[in-house]
Amino acid sequence: MSESIFYFLQQVTNGLTIGSTYALIAIGYTMVYGIIGMINFAHGEVYMMGTYVAFIALAGLSMLGIDNPLLLIGLALMVSIMVASAYGFTIERVAYRPLRSSKRLIALISAIGMSIFLQNYIRLAQGSRDIAMPSLIQGGFLMGDPNGSHIMISYMQIIIMISTVICMVGLTLFITRSRMGRACRACSQDIGMTNLLGINSNNVIAVTFVIGAALAAVAGMLLGLYYGVVNPYIGFMAGLKAFTAAVLGGIGSIPGAMLGGLILGVTESLTAGYLTAEYKDVVAFSLLVLILLFMPSGILGKPEVEKI
Amino acid sequence: MLTLENVHTHYGPIEALKGVSLNVQQGEIVTLIGANGAGKSTLLMTVCGDPRASAGTITWKGNDITKEETSKIMRTGLAVVPEGRRVFSAMTVEENLSMGGFFNKTTYDQRMAHVLELFPRLEERFKQRAGTMSGGEQQMLAIGRALMSEPELLILDEPSLGLAPLIINQIFDIIHKLRDEGMTIFLVEQNANQALRLADRGYVIENGKIVLEDTGANLLVNEDVRKAYLGG
Repeated sequence: MSESIFYFLQQVTNGLTIGSTYALIAIGYTMVYGIIGMINFAHGEVYMMGTYVAFIALAGLSMLGIDNPLLLIGLALMVSIMVASAYGFTIERVAYRPLRSSKRLIALISAIGMSIFLQNYIRLAQGSRDIAMPSLIQGGFLMGDPNGSHIMISYMQIIIMISTVICMVGLTLFITRSRMGRACRACSQDIGMTNLLGINSNNVIAVTFVIGAALAAVAGMLLGLYYGVVNPYIGFMAGLKAFTAAVLGGIGSIPGAMLGGLILGVTESLTAGYLTAEYKDVVAFSLLVLILLFMPSGILGKPEVEKI
Repeated sequence: MLTLENVHTHYGPIEALKGVSLNVQQGEIVTLIGANGAGKSTLLMTVCGDPRASAGTITWKGNDITKEETSKIMRTGLAVVPEGRRVFSAMTVEENLSMGGFFNKTTYDQRMAHVLELFPRLEERFKQRAGTMSGGEQQMLAIGRALMSEPELLILDEPSLGLAPLIINQIFDIIHKLRDEGMTIFLVEQNANQALRLADRGYVIENGKIVLEDTGANLLVNEDVRKAYLGG
């Protein structure tokens, strides 16, 4: 095989890695939007806090003497998921539920306020500088000729992709098979009717926030380890990217968020590989503008009918 | 069993119910008839707490439910088949029915069997998405879904709306059957003729006020009712 094909495949691999984390974060946006029609702009901050909690948990666990990297990652991931879920639950309770009956714009402003608050809260608590995440997993598979054309897939990339697949399969089973998952879908179609069936929609909404936060925490921890650095501002960009992915796939649609994340990741990676890395954000957000202009309901979304 | 006393309901500045009082006794079929916009649906939905009454009291099985949350009211033995059916169209028949039996897991299988016995059509369509079914089938699904919670009082809002005469007869047969099983039914209908024939008692609502109350049989022969709602 020629070198250019290897190069292309390497870019796609890198893109799928980043894309799967976008997909994980995008699900939080899309599920919340699907049910209450609101963009949770504080969601990127939950992702950022997930990374910090994972960092603190890693430090604490290694002080306790645990040195198996996979065990460390597994335990830190659990701590991160639990803490982020608690944040997701609290954010909904404090900033959104009291505004449930008011106009969408008001809830949106509350979300932006929440985002600013959380970012600065972490900045004060943890400092605004970059913190280096330990590189626990090193090395990877090398395919091809080590001295010539080859693809390198790091173990970390494999962990990211496997974790994402596990989360997606788990989420899909939850949404289609479990009672609560079905109630989530029912709420996203007709929230008033779900209440009329005696199902407390507030509980269902809380569950979607918790799930979204848990998935964002998984993405936060994995991306933190992959990039090896965390600061209080990473949530903003990651949030915007994941939001773009959600819109690209069709906001409100869970498979759409998965697909949108992967497409966005690969597009970015190809831009970085063939143009320059500086342009990858430009391309990502140009994509957002183009979708909003020409395909506002996204790839798998349904056109929204304004209810009167 | 269910009592409304001087209930007012507002949609913003518009007063849709202007002091309605009525009651439904156990084992009865009570029907509410009236023209479009008279407040029939508003009255039913106010009982469910959606929208909430702005004044007056609603008592259900001896408890004041006027200020209660909708989802809480609906867990106390009330079930509603709302106007326009409102089935979850992207979900299967089975999933729709399971949503109706969401909060009561103990007798789930029995109730499912009972609903499928009443509506064999739903069993044929069990794994089909609700949105792909005909209007009549969707209406059966909406009724089946409401029955999944094993209600003591079933509230039906225009179950015959937009359906073919043959299907309407089937729906009314089912309502009859449910009453024979001991269920209390509160029914709103535009099809006043058929509703009054089925009902033990009826109320006539005009502009948000109850103007007449009598047995179904008496209302059927009432001159004013005949003129206004039964086509002379």
